[in-house]
Formats: sequence, structure tokens, C-alpha cells
Amino acid sequence: MTEKTLKSYMDTRSNPALAWIGLAIIGVALAALPLLLAGFVGTAWVRITNIAILFVFLALGLNIVVGFAGLLDLGYIAFYAVGAYVYALLASPHFNIHLPFWIILPIGAAVACLFGVLLGAPTLKLRGDYLAIVTLGFGEIVRIFLNNLSQPVNITNGPQGVTLIDPFRIGTLSFRDTETFAGLAFSGPIKYYYLLLLVLIVVIVINLRLQNSRIGRAWEAIREDEVAARAMGINTRNMKLLAFAMGASFGGIAGGMFSAMQGFISPESFILVESIMVLSMVVLGGMGNIWGVILGALLLSFAPEVLRYTVEPVQQALFGRMLVEPEVIRMLLFGFALVLMMLFRPAGLLPSATRKRELEAATNGARP
Amino acid sequence: MDIFLQQIINGLTLGTVYAIVALGYTMVYGIIQLINFAHGEVVMIGAMVAYTVIVALVGAGTPLPPLAIVLIGALAAIPVCMAVGFTLERVAYRPLRRAPRLAPLITAIGLSIILQHLAMIIWSRNPLPYPQIVEVVSYHVTGNPDGATITNVQIAIIGISVAMMVALLTLVYRTKLGIAMRATAQNQPVAGLMGIDINRVIAITFVIGAALGAVAGVMVGTYYGVAHYQMGFLLGLKAFSAAVLGGIGNLGGAMLGGLLLGLIEALGAGYVGDLTNLCNLASWSEALAKRCETDPNVVLFGSNYQDVFAFLVLILVLVFRPSGLLGERVADRA
Repeated sequence: MTEKTLKSYMDTRSNPALAWIGLAIIGVALAALPLLLAGFVGTAWVRITNIAILFVFLALGLNIVVGFAGLLDLGYIAFYAVGAYVYALLASPHFNIHLPFWIILPIGAAVACLFGVLLGAPTLKLRGDYLAIVTLGFGEIVRIFLNNLSQPVNITNGPQGVTLIDPFRIGTLSFRDTETFAGLAFSGPIKYYYLLLLVLIVVIVINLRLQNSRIGRAWEAIREDEVAARAMGINTRNMKLLAFAMGASFGGIAGGMFSAMQGFISPESFILVESIMVLSMVVLGGMGNIWGVILGALLLSFAPEVLRYTVEPVQQALFGRMLVEPEVIRMLLFGFALVLMMLFRPAGLLPSATRKRELEAATNGARP
Repeated sequence: MDIFLQQIINGLTLGTVYAIVALGYTMVYGIIQLINFAHGEVVMIGAMVAYTVIVALVGAGTPLPPLAIVLIGALAAIPVCMAVGFTLERVAYRPLRRAPRLAPLITAIGLSIILQHLAMIIWSRNPLPYPQIVEVVSYHVTGNPDGATITNVQIAIIGISVAMMVALLTLVYRTKLGIAMRATAQNQPVAGLMGIDINRVIAITFVIGAALGAVAGVMVGTYYGVAHYQMGFLLGLKAFSAAVLGGIGNLGGAMLGGLLLGLIEALGAGYVGDLTNLCNLASWSEALAKRCETDPNVVLFGSNYQDVFAFLVLILVLVFRPSGLLGERVADRA
């Protein structure tokens, strides 16, 4: 299919009939996906899909910071952790508080947003690579605190983490139980899938609208040339803070949903590697391009799972024993994704038009 | 007082190691304004290679003195790390020298992950115990028989580090190669016009930094008695903080920053528990006083926060004096 025909499926204005048919097909496919997965390959894959969607949230959030505003954040997972812990502490027997999720998720987003501003305010003067290292340090500080804030007052329960976190509940409908509707069994993960899908659509729409808004264009200007952007009357400090705050609140919401889905969290889930994983997704897909980032997130979330099911039998067949664990291969995959993408396709798999132009100008341009 | 002195000695030992690693960061940064994120991994590989050699020599029952065995381990680690440093520069940084700043940083992160996991495949997922072949002898610093001590390993680490720093300074400020390096750092195109092979000079800078890193790795392994495939990450981050503290790109700054950071960490970890012990304020509140009767240590931040100090120093320096202690003010976009 050429790019032109592909585009006509998306163009509601000049090609309404085709576009609506395309949308309907996508909608039906997405709606049927979890039932098919659960029916043919097992509920585990629905869970994997849910985690993949969470990573799409995270990648889209980080894309605001890295892709739109051009600020390299290596501690992004800290905001995810903040959101997850806010949910866990406000909806678990740990403090014996059980608030409903529609109250906690906004609180989580707000607290994460606050942390984003806290991190951003003192560091935004810094040049890109320094900022990267400071955000990395920030991520580590948050993790160290989560690990140690069980003394002298037990807030986070230390390395053991928080358990028995409440699932999402709407009235009497709990997202953990299985329900049968019209002869189809809707298990917990399937219900979460539909919820995540709904939120995902909202998030994508927000991102698309944001990109072409006054704010989005201001971010782009800052990314391309900060001095010029300031000269054009953009308040660069506030705009960068806004990028940090928005990215952080997306992370916070994703964290809250992660908490509810897993029912258990510990500092182990929020290590540096996770930040780098989300960054790899953004870089692989194409910094600044929403569809690219989604593609990158889906690829890098599913690839390790596929590896998990193929690497072991293949190695058993070839060498008679397991030489390299799938976990290690997963990490090597991330590493090579980062290096090879930067060397050979720096704009990503689906590059954003401006980013591509910028990178081409930089590599073909005269010596600085 | 003796505890204080002991913390100073420990801090100095740690600080000289940080300084040696920080030199690797600062040299590369000085010459091409790039944070070599994978430098910590080079240090780790140095420790691992030396571990293999030392274990092999000890296992073979070589009748060499322990110090000679460690020395051979270090001598084996240096060329391996030099090769790694050279490869890193050639493969990942040179093609991106004119790309936007974030590009080489992202490749560096990728390489760091690749090196870590390759090391894990080659060596082990678990911490490797360094053979304790050097007999540790403690010397009293003061007349007090229970007082502060310094061990022969600490003396060796400080001595070797100082010797390497002097050698590096001589290289940079007294030789032709050093002049070429400084010229390249100042202005690459003009240095090129003066007949300096810039690519060669940059490669040599990476290789020298990697050699220093290899020695640092061996020292860390011998001092703490373990090597682990993830040891390079935190060590590298702390050394980078040290380089920034001193003023990145400045050799003297890296040395000063390393020493200061070592001292800050040792003293911080030693005293933060006492300073934030809420029982000091027991007279303020009755509930607190009651709790302190049963447990005299209601510590807000204990020594398990040791790793936070380096990051706090890094953030504070970058916010209040981004050019570091000895650095010159640099423009926003160098």
C-alpha cells in the first residue's frame, strides 16, 4: 500500500467514506483483540498487551519532554514511581485508606506534576547533556528514598513494597473479577484492556492536539534554537517547565494504573533500566512523532515477550542448554536499538518531518 | 576525634579513586565536549579482567609476591580497557561528532548497557569475590592504640593515584602530545590547520582515559574485595559528579572534585545518622521522648543514604555554580 492510499484512509475531510470505514475496521480489531488473545494464546498475552499500552503512555509522556521540547530526561521512571506509590498508599491496607480510583488518579498526576516542577525549576538552565545526568541522579534519589522511607516512620514499606492494592472499582463492578456478558467471559485483564484503550485514545488525542497547538509549536521552537525562540517572545522557562510538568503527570497516571493492575509494587519496578527502556522506545520510534513513538513502544514491549518464548527453545535445540537468558537478550536489544538507531537512522523508524530536516542539516552542514 | 580522622582517611582513599575515574570523563569532555557515559563500564571491565588474571595466577600457584600478582592483573587490564576505549570512540562517537548533542549521549547510554550485559555474560551475574592475597596491615596514625588507622592498601591506592596524576599532568603540560591535546581542545579546525591529526589526538585521549579507568577498577576491586558487572554505573556517576564539582574539562578540577566528593561521602555517611537523630530534639516533644527511651536511635536519614550525597552535590553545583570550582565560565552552547 503506498503512502498516499494509506493517507486517504485517515483523511476524514476529502475522503470521508474511506476514512470512516478504515476507522471502523481498526475499532473492531482493537475491540476484538483481547477476546481473541484470551481465546487463542491465553490471558497472559492480554496482560502483556496491557503492560505494552502502559508503556505507550509512558513513551508518549516522555516524548513530550524529549521529543517535543528536546530535553533529555533519564529519570522519567521516577514520575511513574510517584504515581504508582500515591495510588498504592491511598488504596491499600498499608495505611488502611481505600479511596476510589477517580479521586486518586488525579492526585497521583498532580503529585507527579509537582515532582516534575521540583526537578525542572532548578535544572532547566542547564545545557542538554548536564540536564540528562541530573535527571538520572534525580531518578536514583527517588528510588533510594522509596527503598529507605520505612524508617523511622514507615511510609513506603521499604524494599518489601506495598501489597494488596485495590483494583479499580466502579460501583460494585471490580476490575479484578471475571464477568460473563452475552456468553463471553470478561476476565480482569480484559476489562483493564478496554479501560486502558479508552484512556489511550484520550491521551493520543491530547498529544495530537498539543503538538499542533501554540504550546507545541513553542516547544518545537525551543528544541530547534532556544535563543531564537526567546527572541520571538516565547517564555522559554515556563514552556520547559510545562513540558516537564505535563510529561510527569502522564507518567503519574500510568503509574497509578500500573499499581491497580498489578496489586503489588516495590522499588524494584522503578530502576534506571526502566527509564532507559522508555527512552529507547521514544528513540526507536522517532523522537517527536506520536505514531512513531507508539510504534516504538509496542515493538519494544512485545519483542522481549516474543524472545522469552523463542530464545529458550532455540538455544536448547542449538546448544542443548540455555546459554544466554532472555532477560539479557532483552537488555542487549535495548542497547543496540539505541546505538544503531543513532548511527544509521537518527530520526527513528517513523521520523517526524522537522526532526528529520534538523538532523540532515546537522550532518550535512558545514563544520561548526 | 579519632572517628573523624578515620573518616578523613577513608574519604581520601575513596576520593583519589574518584579523581582517577573523573580524569577520564574530564579529558574526553575537555576535548570534544561529550559526556562519555560508558566510562564507568570501562572501569568495570578493568576490574573484571584483573580479577580473571589474578584468580588464574593464584590458582596456578605462581610463586610471586601478592603485590606482583595484583600488578600483573592491572597490567593485563590496561590494554584491554584501552582497546575498549578506542573501539567506543571509533564506533560510536566519531561518526556522531557533528550530530546534535543528544545523539552521542544516547549512543553512550546504549553502549553502557551493551557493555554491562556482555560483561555479565562473560563473567557472572553475581558479585565476584576478589582473592584477598594482599595481607592487610593497619598502621596507627596517632599515638592512641584504639585510634584511627591507615592500611597498606589505602597507602598504595593513594600513592599510585598521586603518581598517575603527576604522570598525566606531565604528559599534558610538558610533551608535544600534550600540546596537541590542548590545542585540539581549544579549537579543532585551527589545530587541524597547524598539522595536528585531530582524529588521532581524540582517540589517544579516549585511550589514556580508559587506561586510568582500568587502574581505578583494579584499585576498587582490591579495596572493596568484590567486582560486579553493575559496579561501573554508580562509580561512573559519582566520578562524573566529581568532575562537574571540580569544573568539567579541567584536570586539576577533576582531582580536587574527586577528593572533595570522597570526603563529603565519607563524612556524610559517618555523621548524617547522628545529625538527623530525632532524639537530639527529645526535649521538644513528649511523644518523641517516650519513643527515645525505648529506642535511642530515631534516625531520619541513616548511612543507607550515602549514595544520595553525590547526586545532591551534583545538583547543587550545577544549579549554583555550573562551571564548577575551578572551571571557567563557558557559554550556554559551547
